[in-house]
Amino acid sequence: MGWTRKDLLTIRELEAAEILTLVDTAASLQEIATREIKKVPALRGKTVVNLFYENSTRTRTSFEIAGKWLSADVINFSATGSSAAKGESFVDTARNIAAMSPDVVVVRHSSSGAPALLARELSCSIVNAGDGAHEHPTQALLDLLTIREKKGHFEGLSVAIVGDIAHSRVARSNIHGMKKLGMTVTVAGPPTLIPPYAQELGCKVSYRLEDAIRDVDVIMMLRLQQERMHAGLIPSLREYSRYWGLTLDRLAAHARPDVLIMHPGPVNRGVELSPEVADGPYSVILDQVSKGVAVRMAVLLLLAGGRSGEAQAQ
Amino acid sequence: MTPERHLPMTLLIRGGRVIDPAGSVDGVQDVLVENGKIARVGAKLAVPQGAAVIDAAGMWVCPGFIDMHVHLREPGHEYKETIASGTRAAAAGGFTAVCCMANTQPVNDNRAVTDYIRAKAESEGVVRVYPIGAVTRGLEGKELAELAELAEAGCVAFSDDGKCVMNAELYRRAMEYTLPFGAPVISHAEDHTLAHAGSMHEGVVSTELGLQGIPAAAEDVMVARDLLLAELTGAHVHIAHLSTAGAVRLVRDAKARGVRVTAEVTPHHLLLTEDAVRSWDANTKMAPPLRSTRDAEALLEALVDGTIDCVATDHAPHALSEKEGEFDHAANGVVGLETAVTVLIDRLVRPGRLSVATLVSRLSRDPARLLRLPGGSLGAGAPADLTLIDPDGAVTIDPARFKSKSRNTPFAGWAATGRPWKTIVAGKVVWECPPK
Repeated sequence: MGWTRKDLLTIRELEAAEILTLVDTAASLQEIATREIKKVPALRGKTVVNLFYENSTRTRTSFEIAGKWLSADVINFSATGSSAAKGESFVDTARNIAAMSPDVVVVRHSSSGAPALLARELSCSIVNAGDGAHEHPTQALLDLLTIREKKGHFEGLSVAIVGDIAHSRVARSNIHGMKKLGMTVTVAGPPTLIPPYAQELGCKVSYRLEDAIRDVDVIMMLRLQQERMHAGLIPSLREYSRYWGLTLDRLAAHARPDVLIMHPGPVNRGVELSPEVADGPYSVILDQVSKGVAVRMAVLLLLAGGRSGEAQAQ
Repeated sequence: MTPERHLPMTLLIRGGRVIDPAGSVDGVQDVLVENGKIARVGAKLAVPQGAAVIDAAGMWVCPGFIDMHVHLREPGHEYKETIASGTRAAAAGGFTAVCCMANTQPVNDNRAVTDYIRAKAESEGVVRVYPIGAVTRGLEGKELAELAELAEAGCVAFSDDGKCVMNAELYRRAMEYTLPFGAPVISHAEDHTLAHAGSMHEGVVSTELGLQGIPAAAEDVMVARDLLLAELTGAHVHIAHLSTAGAVRLVRDAKARGVRVTAEVTPHHLLLTEDAVRSWDANTKMAPPLRSTRDAEALLEALVDGTIDCVATDHAPHALSEKEGEFDHAANGVVGLETAVTVLIDRLVRPGRLSVATLVSRLSRDPARLLRLPGGSLGAGAPADLTLIDPDGAVTIDPARFKSKSRNTPFAGWAATGRPWKTIVAGKVVWECPPK
């Protein structure tokens, strides 16, 4: 299937076939990382702006490498250190960047919906690199690519997403993507971290880790932010870890032997994941990171290069 | 008030459909106005010598509409709205009187501000303006404002609207203290601790969009508290912008018990739901937030059966820069004066969900009664405040044409049939629909 969208804002709005196009394209681009000269000319002369309103090392670096391997000019615009600090509004900043005629703007913002606002204001392509607790489509795509590579398919797989679902854009994007590809999803965590009406997103809800991880193919653990404790959502990290931390003992007792352990990072070792699990044989956490570059190359290529770009990269 | 156009002292409005719920009138009649007051309503009245005549055939002739909940923003926020622009917006929307909330800068918590508002309204306004005084000094919820003096200066009600008086003891005392003034306390019923940092209704849409939600319980809890305090004190409590099915149920039960409670609903809470937020348009953000379909249905049912006494717009002008950014950072509120009549007629009256008589009553007789304002009726001797409506006039709502200084409406682009035609205050036409 070809690609016709101007922007990548959410997984929710994509058809299953579009998700597969992105995943397949990313799979084909992985090989570039193994080349001696990691560069293809697909986006030569194109400009990619990384507009990051929130700190992010992994995602920003990943987009930057992806753009550079495709020969695009990549500019990093960290909004914390520039006009945002001088009181310029988000929309004004966006209009100023648009005036510099970029081809793609990759935006990370703490407010849900910020990339959608940009997409309405700007004629260039917008990639959502994470907005508030809304969506993080490229993270979901790299998770899906990782799952398919390890399991060989999507249809019929079962996944448990564990932790702070309420504040997680990774969870939302993954739930939409996994449902569209025929997987079943259970979200699990203390009730204060499960958003209201979670079932309406098409997933099961569990309040017990042991139940949630039983017989699933994939366990995705989410990072627990310290500030949830101060907001009165959990009593302490200690108690959270006691009931929701994934340890080798719990895995051995309740999970399947071939289960995949995923985490979008950065991991709080000893809180949601014990170090033995994070670094253990079930863990595919570093595979996720390396697939991040391939996925972001695929996204930039499909948005800015179209089909001809894809052909050049092959 | 400076009328935009002077008419002779005698005016005959001829051949319109006169709808006066206070006088149980609904039929083709003439209305004779003399010296700023209604002289007579009857069939085929003779044209007095020298009288001006408005041929109102095909039009609805109603008692002047009263919007008991607007923010005129003056003094202090004149970049959003002024008394001059806000009253012109009111006139263009068919309103002959508005009550303006106290959250100006400085706050209307003392007589000097009330006097300023009234003087400005007198010299620059085109419709009647009734100030609402603050309950607490600076809207801070800590000490009572000088309520007796505010009442004497002409405040018709008391409210910290925009904020909720969280201190129940202080609110109880405010209710008691104002008992002698015959002016209600108006509650912006929203528990701040439950509403937290929310920016939309807590429900399936907030979960999907990843926006912090405001549960319906944030309103219900406070409505319940205020009804109990009204029962305790015997005071008249008016609940502003009711938005939940739960609050409707509480008000209905309280009324049945004889508690002195009244309530209002906005057009946007009747006609829009949380689904509108999917657009990420900050003009769908207000407090209280747009709720679920079930809530909107309960509100309409309550408006029909009288549990809700009136429609008020909560006209809340904001500059574009306060509304164009990130949804969770955008200001709360929408303008409503220039769209209310049109959207209510088109979406509720025309499809038969609300009768014309009920709509007119909820916009005129009922708010006048609950605030003890002059007007709300076409009885002989009443002020000649009239709203004339063209029920067949087709419009597309275009914010660029608003008289308001602000454009923050969720109804932009709506095509609708039914619009204000002429607005008459004290016998003078203060606004008329431009000819096509």
